[in-house]
Amino acid sequence: MNTKRWAGTLAAGLVLATAGCSGGHSAAGAAGAPAPADPAKVSGDITVLTNRTDLVNDGTMAKYAAEFAKTYPDVHVKFEGITDYEGEVKIRMSSSDYGDVLLIPTALGQGDYPKFFADLGAASTLDAKYRFVSKGTVNGEVYGLAQNGNATGFVYNKKVWAQAGITAWPKTPEEFLRDLQAIKTKTQATPYYTNYHDGWPITKWQDALGSVSCDQAAQDDLAANPSPWAAGGELNTIDTLLYDTVKQGLTEADPTTTNWENSKTLLGTGKVGTMWLGSWAVSQMQAAATKAGGQASDIGFMPFPVQAGGKFCSIDGPDYLQAVSSHSAHKEAARAWLDWFTDKSTYAQDQGDVPTLKAAPLPDSLKPYADNGVQLLELSQTKTATVNAIDNAAEIGLNKPDYRQHIVDLARGAASGSLESDFADLNKKWSEAVKTAGS
Amino acid sequence: MIDERSAAWAADRRPRYGPARLTDPTGNRRRRWTALLMPRLTPWLFLAVPLAFLITFTFVPVVNLIYYSFTNWDGFSPDKQWIGTKNYTELFERPELFHVFYVSLYYMAASLVQMALALYFATILSFNTRFRNLFKGILFFPYLINGVAIGFVFLYFFQPDGVLDHVVRAFGSHSRHLWLGDPNLANWSLASVSVWRYMGLNFVLFLGAIQSIPGELYEAAELDGANRWHQFRHLIAPGIRPILGLSLILAISGSLAVFEIPFIMTGGAGDTKTFVIQTIKLAFNFNKVGLASASAVVLLVLILIITWIQRALLPSDKVDLV
Repeated sequence: MNTKRWAGTLAAGLVLATAGCSGGHSAAGAAGAPAPADPAKVSGDITVLTNRTDLVNDGTMAKYAAEFAKTYPDVHVKFEGITDYEGEVKIRMSSSDYGDVLLIPTALGQGDYPKFFADLGAASTLDAKYRFVSKGTVNGEVYGLAQNGNATGFVYNKKVWAQAGITAWPKTPEEFLRDLQAIKTKTQATPYYTNYHDGWPITKWQDALGSVSCDQAAQDDLAANPSPWAAGGELNTIDTLLYDTVKQGLTEADPTTTNWENSKTLLGTGKVGTMWLGSWAVSQMQAAATKAGGQASDIGFMPFPVQAGGKFCSIDGPDYLQAVSSHSAHKEAARAWLDWFTDKSTYAQDQGDVPTLKAAPLPDSLKPYADNGVQLLELSQTKTATVNAIDNAAEIGLNKPDYRQHIVDLARGAASGSLESDFADLNKKWSEAVKTAGS
Repeated sequence: MIDERSAAWAADRRPRYGPARLTDPTGNRRRRWTALLMPRLTPWLFLAVPLAFLITFTFVPVVNLIYYSFTNWDGFSPDKQWIGTKNYTELFERPELFHVFYVSLYYMAASLVQMALALYFATILSFNTRFRNLFKGILFFPYLINGVAIGFVFLYFFQPDGVLDHVVRAFGSHSRHLWLGDPNLANWSLASVSVWRYMGLNFVLFLGAIQSIPGELYEAAELDGANRWHQFRHLIAPGIRPILGLSLILAISGSLAVFEIPFIMTGGAGDTKTFVIQTIKLAFNFNKVGLASASAVVLLVLILIITWIQRALLPSDKVDLV
């Protein structure tokens, strides 16, 4: 009889605990974070969440904060570097404690921004000053400003390519494959490294979207396109290039045991010829090259091997968006940091990234692009929310490793089926999801 | 005894214990009440902490999981809608989601090998073998290492031109194998890591069971002329049947829910995806926490059913050797 009573209490406790846990929270709503007028009047302690644990640990972020304190003496900035940024912050978002200034996790749907972040102002006004505004815009209001931008391209070891006798950037996928073949036969280097195992570097292939057609609407088109993998389509061209590279044996022997940190040294020392990454990788590869006894100038950067109208195209896309939490107790101070970091800090230049501020100069890593007349293109992001919804409903994962890992598997014979059947399958999944999740 | 003491205390009204001095006149009655209740409450007080942990970290999440499985929650959005059994219908209308269970067959086959090996070592080491304690330690050691660490260690072990390739080469074979890259080999490689890791646990369970068989039985058997095999066949095997049954249940439910080793080593790429990895991907890659919760619930129910069938087919009778 005792047991029964206790079981009752237990059950009641369970129900109470559950109710307490899953109650969720209601977002603070429409409150905005206006830019403060007078720096001296802003005060408060703010926490900034960042994925750059390396910059927090080596004191670089603290230097920015010290610089910031000269203008805003009463705002105290504390950094929280998070290694598994995506995974951890996404889960923290269901509480009210996710810092004052944070980077918006990419998994978060654009339509949900107003539930979590403070309004930064109208898109029409911010657009004149900043790049990539549309990525953070919901209903004409901006909720996130890019930390910096990245241009897409291959990082390559100039010495290896020169050793293979290649002097000009390849202009077509066929030329690219021929060049890699030349590297394979004439040098000791692995022509291309997939970074298959770590997953995230292989997802960067998605950033190539738009470089084939040089069309600003490449991303938005996906929202209504029932067959993005049809012959001649952007994704078809991009994925076929990856497939052929692996298929022709131009990649490392075992993709399943690749290692990202090690790949930097491999490229820096010329053991690997090429990797599809982005302008953000240039500085890291240069650092790896110098550390391994090479030279920073060994690292080159080239666009996707397709020309539209006699010109190369590189997509200039936003990195993480910075936002002010709608639960922040010091929204003005948070906004002050966000603005200062975007406008006044030298972050983008230091990292070799494209600055969000339109007036700021482009970094050195993009000099080869400027010299060779590569067109930098910013994709329209107005339908990104729909595209993400379709992508999730279809369970394809355009920005997830599995999708391109599968293409590598097909190419190396580790999965059954052909590239055509995979494209047909992807088209089928996508078109079904366009009907249910598209609008 | 308590009653006696309080009776005595009530009789002369002279406070004997410090705290009692502070009680008001009605304190007497309260003491009697607690005296009655205390013995029944004591075990619960001792249990309170572990129970609180059990409830917070096991039952509440399970109840939450079941609740999520009836919603379309995406994992972070503040609002979630109740959509009834729609997740479950979707799950069963997509048979390809259950195809991943064939990967579990590799692990089931491996777990049989694992039990056979464990039984072999347990039997040998239950006799007077030289260095038996050292061997016990060596065999059990892998189970104590963290699964993630094991994943990383074996990632290097299986790399092309890694440790395994060198060992194979020492035996004269120069053919090249991609232990994790070749889809025909990958699952066997992963399953063998799982054998290496979990054999120690089986071994210790078996060894404990074998050692609980009274020593005079062996003596009697030896007098009757039984050799080691006879001893194993007629004494050890029936003696540890309940543990064998338990190990089988653990092995099968374990094979259905494999996670750490393939997740760390291949991330489920190249046909090594297990049901749990698929669930994780649904929840965190495609933001379908509702659907993923439903598939977790289905896995739970599946394991309960299989366990129940196993119990029904192989009843674990009480063992009576004497």
